[in-house]
Order: sequence, then structure tokens, then C-alpha cells
Amino acid sequence: MKKQCAVVLAVLAGMLLASHVLAADPVKIGMITTLSTKAGYLGEDIRDGFQLAIDQEGGTLGGVPVDLLVEDDGAKPEKGKQIAERFEVKDGVKIMTGIVFSNVAMAVIPKVVRDGVVYLSANAGPSKLAGDMCNPNYFSVSYQNDNLDEVVGQYVTEAGFTNVYLLAPNYPAGKDHLAGFKRYYKGNIAGEVYTKLDQSDYAAEIAGLRAAKPDAVFFFLPGGMGINFLKQYAQAGLQQEIPLFGPAFSFDERILGAVGEAALGVKNGSQWSHDLDNPANKQFVEAFKKAYGRTPTLYASQGYDTARLIASALKKTGGIADLDAFRAALKKADFESVRGNFSFGTNQHPVQDFYIREVIKTENGYTNKTIKKVFSNHVDAYADQCSM
Amino acid sequence: MLLFLEQLLNGLQLGITLFLMSAGLTLVFGIMRVINLAHGSFYMIGAYVGATAMATTGSFLLGLAAALPAAALVGMAVEWLVLRHLYDRDHLDQVLATFGLIMFFNESARMIWGRQPLFMDVPSWLAGHVTIVDGLSYPVYRLAVIVAGLAVAVFLWFLFARTRLGMRIRAGATNREMVGALGVNISLLYTLVFGLGALLAGLAGVMAGPILAVESGMGESILILTFVVIVIGGIGSVKGAVVGALLVGLVDTLGRAFLPTLLRLAFDSSTADTAGSSLASMAIYILMAMVLLWKPSGLFPVQSA
Repeated sequence: MKKQCAVVLAVLAGMLLASHVLAADPVKIGMITTLSTKAGYLGEDIRDGFQLAIDQEGGTLGGVPVDLLVEDDGAKPEKGKQIAERFEVKDGVKIMTGIVFSNVAMAVIPKVVRDGVVYLSANAGPSKLAGDMCNPNYFSVSYQNDNLDEVVGQYVTEAGFTNVYLLAPNYPAGKDHLAGFKRYYKGNIAGEVYTKLDQSDYAAEIAGLRAAKPDAVFFFLPGGMGINFLKQYAQAGLQQEIPLFGPAFSFDERILGAVGEAALGVKNGSQWSHDLDNPANKQFVEAFKKAYGRTPTLYASQGYDTARLIASALKKTGGIADLDAFRAALKKADFESVRGNFSFGTNQHPVQDFYIREVIKTENGYTNKTIKKVFSNHVDAYADQCSM
Repeated sequence: MLLFLEQLLNGLQLGITLFLMSAGLTLVFGIMRVINLAHGSFYMIGAYVGATAMATTGSFLLGLAAALPAAALVGMAVEWLVLRHLYDRDHLDQVLATFGLIMFFNESARMIWGRQPLFMDVPSWLAGHVTIVDGLSYPVYRLAVIVAGLAVAVFLWFLFARTRLGMRIRAGATNREMVGALGVNISLLYTLVFGLGALLAGLAGVMAGPILAVESGMGESILILTFVVIVIGGIGSVKGAVVGALLVGLVDTLGRAFLPTLLRLAFDSSTADTAGSSLASMAIYILMAMVLLWKPSGLFPVQSA
């Protein structure tokens, strides 16, 4: 009996010691992101933006030492799941972030937030997670996916276009993005075309588009698809005739560096741009250029904001021993966002401003210029479905 | 009507590109009995080398002049280093080995040229549009692709039907032991045929460069279509490759262009758009299934020993 008591005491003492050691450890942040494949630069920018915030504080966020673990999901849901599992079980990670693609997000996030991990999205914002699958442990620091289409829909309507042609790949996100546009667009739809996913030649669609004679074209074609479409659209001589609109995804600074001339004049919707006039943004763009030698993209700004948000919460709580307090501190969003206005709505998605940008040419190459703020303190369309 | 004509030309242009790809692939299969999944990599190499040469020299013709030998040389090196050892092996081994080659080439392209796509401009002497009939103007460059592809088809016909080399290649396809016994250096012949196949793929790649983005992995999407073409045409038959490529090019383009409109006659517009685009992306596979039901070994099967 005595022996057993001694053993139990020893174990208890050991546990106390262990938890003490744990508290002194840096806070682990698990970043699952896409560093390989064609879209690898998206993950790089999220990671580099996030790392910049840590470096600016000398290895801490909000004065608390952090340990950033980065893993590449290769844009594959299965791989993302495996990494999340390893972060949770082996590394004991309580904060995760970084996923680029919505399909990977849907494979990972619902499970990890159920397990009590706090997930902060630095890019993907699938509608399910904003609506009926919202969760107290899930925060989107970027947007809800179709926000960037809504702002274009509103702008196109305000600008007086009444006959718009729509184009997107035939997969769920393609339909979501067009739905976002149509939610705010009031005019007639000249045609609605869904192309094959990963299609590379758009000759047939462009010929059909020209025949439909719209007064504007709205397209959502992420990554290489958008690049090919833009080139062929310019080659068909339509660039000067029918104005093009789209969400910011095909017009980040790294794509523009490659597409150049063919994207000139295209107007796109975004919640951020490198020329937004606020002190936090000026400081961020300068520091990012100095650290990495390139202009930050939308994705970099989202990575940076995510880290700064975590910093603001850690500053208040001193750590994540009390997850409830940490969550409450996150929800206050008490930080200077590089986008200016930023707060969380009831579904823990951002309430923020949205802008229309135009692709212009400067002596340093092609870039975006903010031309108009369209929405102020805009709330996404799914917030009502969230019962939080 | 004009729109239909324009889409016909678009389909023809896609078909021609597919023909350049499938001619090489079907030659290699017909003569060497080897399945080469890495054929798309030669397309990619042609595009990359062409884009790089064009960026440094500013001339599309010099880009072409650099890309073709580069693709052919890489093709011959692959035959010599890898495939030569697989001729007597199972098709599954060949598939595995050449699948490995795809990854090798994609990763190499990323290491050499980086992750960002490269761009080729349409050469200035092929830029702009030409009016074909009143009201229908078509990009000169796409017309040039059609003309170049037709020229290659004529050249291949001449090579096979009218030259001694072509005769040996045809003989080698029918009975390689006999041809070897007659004193023809069959392994050199194989390397040459493989180089020719790679060269045609490189040509397709460099011609696609100004239309598409040149990026790592660009060979895979066209490879699938290419396989559909040679399955429809009959594996090993160049004539089959011509007919199959034109069929696939036309069905794919016309399906994409007109199926949604056709369905709109029967359904409301949003159902028609969704169903039409889904059907359009299935169209070539439906075509393939129908051809195989009717002629299980393709439209122009090749008999060989």
C-alpha cells in the first residue's frame, strides 16, 4: 500500500514538473500550407509574411516566444490531414494556420477545431465554415471566399455595365465564385460558361464570348488557367474592346510579373493592396520588401495579419494555458491590420472594407493600384446561418 | 454560321496540335512496343527551350531552331539510357519507369526555370488577324499552327511512303527480327524514330508556347488527350493519329462551344450551362467508348508480327 502511494506521488510530482516545463516552452504554431506545385508561391508568401511578424519581435509574438512549424501539403487534402494529425498528436500543437486551398481546408479544419485546436485561416475561406459549420475555435483572418466576387459585382453594377458574360471552371468553387458575383450584380447575364478544370486553351470560349457581345466579362480562373485566358483574350484583340473583371486571385504581383501586358487595365476586387494608405501597411510593405526583395502579395498580407492577430492575443494572455481566454482575446481583434478596418463578425469572419484595384504599369513593372473603396465594414452572406 | 466556322477552325487547330503529339507517340508504340508516358515531357522541354531561346534572341525562328534539336536529343538520350532496357519488359514496368521520368523532368524544369511560368510572345510577323470571309477574322498565329501541322503530316507521309528510311521503319514495325537479320541496324533505327517522335512533341510544345503559359507539368494535360487520340486512331497507325486527332479536336471544341446552347433548347439556362459543360468535358471519352465498341482496336488497326 505504502509503496503504491509512493509511486502515485512520484508520478504526480513528475506530472507537475512536466507541466511546469511545458509552460516555459515556446508556443507551438503549426502551419500547414502549399509550398510545392505550381501554387507553391502562395504558401511561400503566407509563410514569409507570418515569419516577418515573428522576426520583427525577435522570435516572439506579443512577447511570448513562439515556435513556427511549417509543413507542405502539396495542395492535397489527404496530405493536409496527415500533417494536422502529426501536429496534434506528436507535437501537441494547439494553434494552426496556413492552408491555401478550400478543399484542403475542408479536410482538415472541421476535425482539428473539434479536437480543441484553434485554427486561424490565412487564406482559404470556404462558405460552409462561415455558415452552418462555424465553430468557436475557427477564425478566418482573410475573407469568406466569395467576398472578392461580391465587391466586383457591386462595382460593375455601379459602373453601369448591364450585360456581363461570366466564366469559371466547372467545380464547386467555380460556381461559388460566380454566385458571389451574381449576389450583387443587378444587370443581365449575357452568358454563363463553365470550362473544364485545368483547361489550357480557351479559343472556343473566347469565340463564343465575342459572339455574345457583352459589355463586360467577369471571370474566376485561378492560377495558370487565368494566365492562359488573359493571354488568349489579349491575342484575340478583345482586351481593348470588352473590359475584364475578376477577383484578386489571378492578379497578385507574382502572376502580374509574368502576365504583364495582357493583364493591363483589368479591374479586380480585393480587401488589401500594397498601396493602401495606413501606417501599419506602409511599415509592412517596406519591411517585406527589405526582408525578401519582392513586393508582398495579398497572401503575404494575410499571413502577416494572422501572426499580428495571434500576437495581440498572446500579449493579453501571456500564453495558451487558458484557451478560452486566448480565444476571447483573438475575437477582440485588437491589432493594427494592414488593411485598416478589421473586426470579427458573429461567425468569426472578418468585417472589413473591400476595394477595386486596377492593373497598371510602373517603372518597376506591372502592379495593382487601388481605385475605389466599394464596401465598408462588409459582412459575408453566410453569417446568418452561423448559430454561434 | 460564322461562329460555327470559327469554332471549326479552333477545333482544327487543337486537332493539329494533338496530331503532332500523337504521331510521335504512336510511332514509338507501333515500332518499339513501348508505352512512353514521358512523351508530354518532350512537349514541355520544347516549350521551355523555345521560350528561353526566344527571350534571349528575340526571334521566334531561333527559338524553334533551338527547341526542336533539344527535344530530339533529350528524347534520344532517354531512349538510350532508359527505354532501351525496357523493350522486353512488361508494359507495366514501362509505365512505371516512364511515369518516374515525368516526375524527373517536371522537377528538373522547376529547378532550372523556377516555379513561375514563362511567357512567349506571338512573333510580330504572325501577330494580328486575317479576314477569312466577311465578318470572320481569325488570329494569324493559330492559322500558322494549322498550316505547320498540315506540312508535318505531308512530310511524314512522304518519309514513310517514299523513302528508304521510311521503308525500314515500316518493316521494323512489322517484323523486327527479320529486319535485323537483313543487316539493318535496328537499335539505331529505334533511337532515330524515338528522336523523331520527341522532335514532333517539341514542335507541338514550342508552337503552343505563345498561346499557353510555359510551366512545369504542362505536358500532362495534353498527354491524356494524346492517348485518347491514339486509342481512337488505332495504336501504331500514323493515319489513325491524323484522323483521331482531328476527331478529338473537333468534338472537344464543338462540344465546349455548342453543347450548352443546344441544351438550352430543352432546359432552363442555368441547368443547361452546368449540364452542357459537364457533358462537353466528357464528350471525347464518350467518343472513345463509342469507337471502341464499334472497332475495339481503333479506327485504323495495325497488323504486325
